[in-house]
Amino acid sequence: MTLASLIDTPSELTDSASSKTAIVLMTRIRLARNLAGHAFPGWADKTERASIVETCRQALAGTTQMKRGLSVGIEEIGELERQILVERHLISRELSGAKDSAGVVISRDQAFSVMINEEDHLRIQVLRAGFQLKKAWSAINDFDNALESTLDYAFSPTLGYLTACPTNLGTGLRGSAMMHLPGLVLSNQMEKIVRAVNQLGMVVRGLFGEGSDASGSIFQISNQTTLGESEEDIIKRLQAVLQSIIDHEVNAREKLLETDGSKLFDKIGRAFGILQNSHLLTSSEAMNLLSLVRLGVDLGMFAEDRRAVVDRLFIEAQPGHLQHAQKGSFEPEQRDRLRASRLRHEFSTFNRPDFDNVGKN
Amino acid sequence: MASSLKCEICGKPATVHLTQIVNNKVYKVDLCEACAKAKGVTDPSGFSLADLLVKAALQPEAAAPTAGTRCPDCGFTALDFKKHGRFGCPSCYETFKEMVNPMLENMHKGVAHVGKVPHSALSRQSVHDRIAKLETELAEAIKTERYEDAARFRDEIAQVKKDASAAATTP
Repeated sequence: MTLASLIDTPSELTDSASSKTAIVLMTRIRLARNLAGHAFPGWADKTERASIVETCRQALAGTTQMKRGLSVGIEEIGELERQILVERHLISRELSGAKDSAGVVISRDQAFSVMINEEDHLRIQVLRAGFQLKKAWSAINDFDNALESTLDYAFSPTLGYLTACPTNLGTGLRGSAMMHLPGLVLSNQMEKIVRAVNQLGMVVRGLFGEGSDASGSIFQISNQTTLGESEEDIIKRLQAVLQSIIDHEVNAREKLLETDGSKLFDKIGRAFGILQNSHLLTSSEAMNLLSLVRLGVDLGMFAEDRRAVVDRLFIEAQPGHLQHAQKGSFEPEQRDRLRASRLRHEFSTFNRPDFDNVGKN
Repeated sequence: MASSLKCEICGKPATVHLTQIVNNKVYKVDLCEACAKAKGVTDPSGFSLADLLVKAALQPEAAAPTAGTRCPDCGFTALDFKKHGRFGCPSCYETFKEMVNPMLENMHKGVAHVGKVPHSALSRQSVHDRIAKLETELAEAIKTERYEDAARFRDEIAQVKKDASAAATTP
């Protein structure tokens, strides 16, 4: 598979339509792994890093998961393509800044991706639409077993999988869910939730990870600790925390409808109007408007199948995807105009919100 | 009181004082405004004190005994860890265990791994190690003209290799 054909194929994240994805858009699990007898990527010299890329790419090519997938060195990926991969959560910002001796291998369906020589030799990731922690764990566990049959992982019986940063020791596992929490944001409860989640040993981040903002009321929630607990227990604990956040979000929405229904309807109605008619939209405004329409879908104002359209637009309204769809370069100032035009077009086929249908299902 | 506190990253006067509770443990950190900003402290959604504590290598109890030690495998020093917040190679965990182990208590749920074990990789490594050891012994035996021992080592190497390949084909 070539990079161009991968980019032209919608990702795992963009073809979900089920109501299971209502609050949890996407589940991700990553495993940090390193090869025994080699310096970690941040300390290894260029020759060693290059040989690690070679070894890993070979091992990955032999797995069924990566059959007919994409395997590229970072230097083969252009600036714009890197940005698109970041926007699809297939590579990290850190890897997208690498000059050489790094790489990425992505499965044909974009569900599996492996970054080579990011912070660790291998960062294995599985991505599933909706709330699918257990399925994601079983998929990545099988994949990890397949890799282990040819790669010699750095492992210590007491500290587990050895990683460049001691925060990832042990299981090297970080499970995370991307959650859409407009109810908690609108009712100003997010700060409280962040604090509570932190005390439970979990972390809340914005859409694009560390330091990114939470535009569109989208948050990533993941486990903080990796050592001293089995993979299954980490997953179980994370699952419980996520379920409780889902419950809080559902309650917050009900409360907003009860106490401030017209304010909520007004926000969603206006968001729809702007998306249908605006001519200049920044990325963060677009995210916030899309988020409100998505909430409208959940409440029954728009047809269920519109959720998948919104989720696709969350990604396609990002600068990299926008520029790619335009085929050809354009000035950054033109981006807001293009984004608005794209969204006007998409929303021209949307039925008007049916406010009377709220609460009927 | 405030003037006596220094930024734990750059040493300038600290103006940001944070307390966070993670897993029922209290973490405190003092920072100057610039470092607080650089570490994303001002962004409540993206900030975790535990991350910061680790990345700046601000262990609650400063461990100095490993100060002059160098990792025999990769040449990494404790100072390098303070600078990068990451280690040089897998062996560093053994080299700097006196520094690492106290940090882990505050960082994780427990200090011992209880999860998955890469059995096939480990058995492969132990086979590899055993063969390497036998081969050195074999060479030594030949050098000192202990031919009976040499023959024994040679047979043993063949046996280990045979067992390993049999194990690999019948998992």
